[in-house]
Amino acid sequence: MKSFKSLLCGTAMCAAGAAHAVDLEVTHWWTSGGEAAAVAEFAKAFDERTEHTWVDGAIAGSGGVARPIMISRITGGDPMGATQFNHGRQAEELVEAGLMLDLTDVAEAEGWRDIVHPVSLLDSCTIDGRVYCVPVNIHSWQWIWLSHAAFEQAGIPVPTNWDEFVAAAPTLRESGIVPLAMGNQPWQASGAFGVITIALAGPEAWAAVSVDKDAEVAAGPVYAKVFEAAAAAREMRQGSNVQDWNQATNLVITGKAGGQIMGDWAQGEFQVANQMAGTDYSCLPGLGVNEIISTGGDAFYFPKQSDPEVEAAQKELASLMLSKEVQVAFNLKKGSLPVRGDVDLAAANDCMKKGLAILAQGNILPDANQTLSPDTLGQIEDLMTEFWADSSISAADAQERYADIIANAD
Amino acid sequence: MAKIAAIPMILTALCVFVGGTLWTVVYSFTSSKLLPKAKWVGLDQYERLWNTNRWIVSIENLMIYGICSLVFSLVIGFVLAALLDQKIRFENTFRTIILYPFALSFIVTGLVWQWILNPDFGVQNIVRSLGWASFEFDPLYNQDIVIYGILIAGLWQGTGLIMVLMLAGLRGIDQEIWKAARVDGIPTWKTYIFIVIPMMRPVFITTLVLIASGIVRVFDLVVAQTSGGPGIASEVPAKYVYDTMFLRQNLAQGFAASTMMLLAVAIVIIPWAYLEFGSRKRD
Repeated sequence: MKSFKSLLCGTAMCAAGAAHAVDLEVTHWWTSGGEAAAVAEFAKAFDERTEHTWVDGAIAGSGGVARPIMISRITGGDPMGATQFNHGRQAEELVEAGLMLDLTDVAEAEGWRDIVHPVSLLDSCTIDGRVYCVPVNIHSWQWIWLSHAAFEQAGIPVPTNWDEFVAAAPTLRESGIVPLAMGNQPWQASGAFGVITIALAGPEAWAAVSVDKDAEVAAGPVYAKVFEAAAAAREMRQGSNVQDWNQATNLVITGKAGGQIMGDWAQGEFQVANQMAGTDYSCLPGLGVNEIISTGGDAFYFPKQSDPEVEAAQKELASLMLSKEVQVAFNLKKGSLPVRGDVDLAAANDCMKKGLAILAQGNILPDANQTLSPDTLGQIEDLMTEFWADSSISAADAQERYADIIANAD
Repeated sequence: MAKIAAIPMILTALCVFVGGTLWTVVYSFTSSKLLPKAKWVGLDQYERLWNTNRWIVSIENLMIYGICSLVFSLVIGFVLAALLDQKIRFENTFRTIILYPFALSFIVTGLVWQWILNPDFGVQNIVRSLGWASFEFDPLYNQDIVIYGILIAGLWQGTGLIMVLMLAGLRGIDQEIWKAARVDGIPTWKTYIFIVIPMMRPVFITTLVLIASGIVRVFDLVVAQTSGGPGIASEVPAKYVYDTMFLRQNLAQGFAASTMMLLAVAIVIIPWAYLEFGSRKRD
C-alpha cells in the first residue's frame, strides 16, 4: 500500500514537471472565526506565490488539545510540513532531539535578526545559535477591558487605572454588576495573576521571578502586595459563573460586568459585537499602571522531513510567513501585532494602535511561556486555579507555595 | 496445539502489558520531560508528587468516589435486580430502560449531567419554578460536594449493568431453594441475605472487579462534567497523569503518578488473590 502510494505521488510529481510542487500539511489550532480567516491568509499566499499547496490541518479545541496530538505525530515518525506552537519553550525538547528543521540559512540570508522586532522573539526560536522557528505574531496578555455601559449604570466614570478600578468595585457591586469577569478555565486565573503582577510589582520584580527564578523575590514584600491584590480581585470576580473566556468577555460587552483582565485576543469579540474602542469599551494596557506589552504569540516550526524537496518548500513557507504583505494581511485578521516593526498597519483599531505604540517604544517583556517550562507553568496554573476558586486560602499561604514552585523551577 | 495457538497472545501480554508497565516504572525514576531520557533522579518525582496538593486532593476524591460508588452500585444494583425478579409485568421494558444509560459513553453522560445539575437550567431551576424559591442544588459549583455530583452521574451510568448481572445471578438460583425456604417459613428478606447472596458469590466478584476497574480509571466523566473544577475540587489521579504527561510535558512525573495508581491497585488485588487462590490449593 505504501509503495503504491509513493508510486502515485511519484507520478503526480512527474506530471507537475520540473516544478516539483509539494503538498505541505500545516497543523494549527486556529479554528474560531477570526482565527480561521487569518490562517487563510497564509494559505492563500502560499498557494498563489509558490507552486506548492497548503494542506490545512486544523485541530479543533484549544492549544492544550492540539499540542499533544502534534507532538505525538512528530515523535511518532509522522511529521507534518509545518506546525504552530506558542513562542517559547513548548517545542524545546523536540528541537534538542533533532526533530525540527534548521532554518538558520534562510534566517541569515534574509537577515531575520534585523527585521524581527522585538528581537527577543527570534531568540526564543534560537537554540545554540541555530534558528528553528518563524515567529508570526505577538499576542499580549497585559490588558484590561472595561465596559462603558456598566460604569454608566453605576453612575461613575470609567477608571483609567487598576487602583481606580478597585475603588469603583463596591459601587459596581451595589448596582448589581459583577466588578471583574473571569471564566473558570485554569489558564485564565494564572494569566490574570501574571497581568496583576507586572502591573503592581513592576517589570523588574517580575523578571527576577519569572526569568531568573529568584524565589526570594517571590517570597518577598513586593510579591506580597501582588497576592493581596489578587485576593481582592478574587472577591471582585464573585458572581461571574461562566466557564469560557469569551463568555466572560460577553459579560463585559453586555455591561453585566465592569471589566475583564484578558489578552488582546478579546478584541475580536468586541469587534464581532460591533463595539467601538473608546465609546463602548476601553482598553488599558498594563492595567493602566505599567504600560507594557508582553510578547507572547505564535511561531511556526518545521518538523524535519527526509525529502529534500519538501525541505525546500518548508523554507519557502518560512520566508513567506515573515514577508511584509503576509504579516499585514495575517495580523489584521487575527487582531494581533506583527513581528516586524517596518510594516504599516493603518487599518488597525485604537486598541491595536496603543499596542503598536508601546511596542515601538520598546516597553516589552517576554511572555511567561518564553521563560518558564510548561511543567512550571502547569504547577503555577494549579496553584492559581485553587487560589482563585477557594477564598479560604490566604494570600500569604498562596505566596509561600508560589515561592516554592519558583525555587524548584527549571 | 492449544499452547502454540496461545503464543501470540502470551507474547503480546508479556511485551505490551508487562513490558510497558516495567518501562513506565523504570522511567518514573528519571527526570524525563517531553521525551523519555534515562537521567536518574532517584525518588525525586515521588517526593514532588506527594508534596503536590492537587495529587492529594485527587486521591481523596478517588477514595470518596470509590467507596460510595462501590457501595451504592452493589446495593442499588441488587435491589433493582431483586425487584425485577418478582415476576413483574413489562420486565423487558424496565430492564431496557435501566440498562440504557450504559450504552452512553462517559463523555456523553458527563455532559448530560452537567446540564441537569446546572443551577440555571437543571434541577434547581425546575424546583424553583415550581414555587420553592429558596431551593438550592448546585453540586457542580460547590467545592465541598462536587465529587458527589460526579458520583450521581457515574451511578446513573453504571448501575444498569450491575443490575443486569445481578439479575442473571438471581435467575441462576434454583427455584427449589426458594420453595424449600418457603416451606421452612423463612421470610423473603432473610432468604435473600443469608441464602441467595452467599450463593451469588461469583456474580458479586465479577461485579466487584467491573466496578473497581471503573473507579480507578475514572477520567472522562470528570473531564466532561467539571474539568476538575471548581478550582481543583474534583480532580482525580488519572487526570493528573494525563495532564502532567501530555499538557505539562513532564513524562516522569506522570509515570510516578501512574506507578502509584498501579501500586494502589496491587495493594488491593494481591492480598485478595492470595486469599482467593491460595486457599483453593489447600482444599
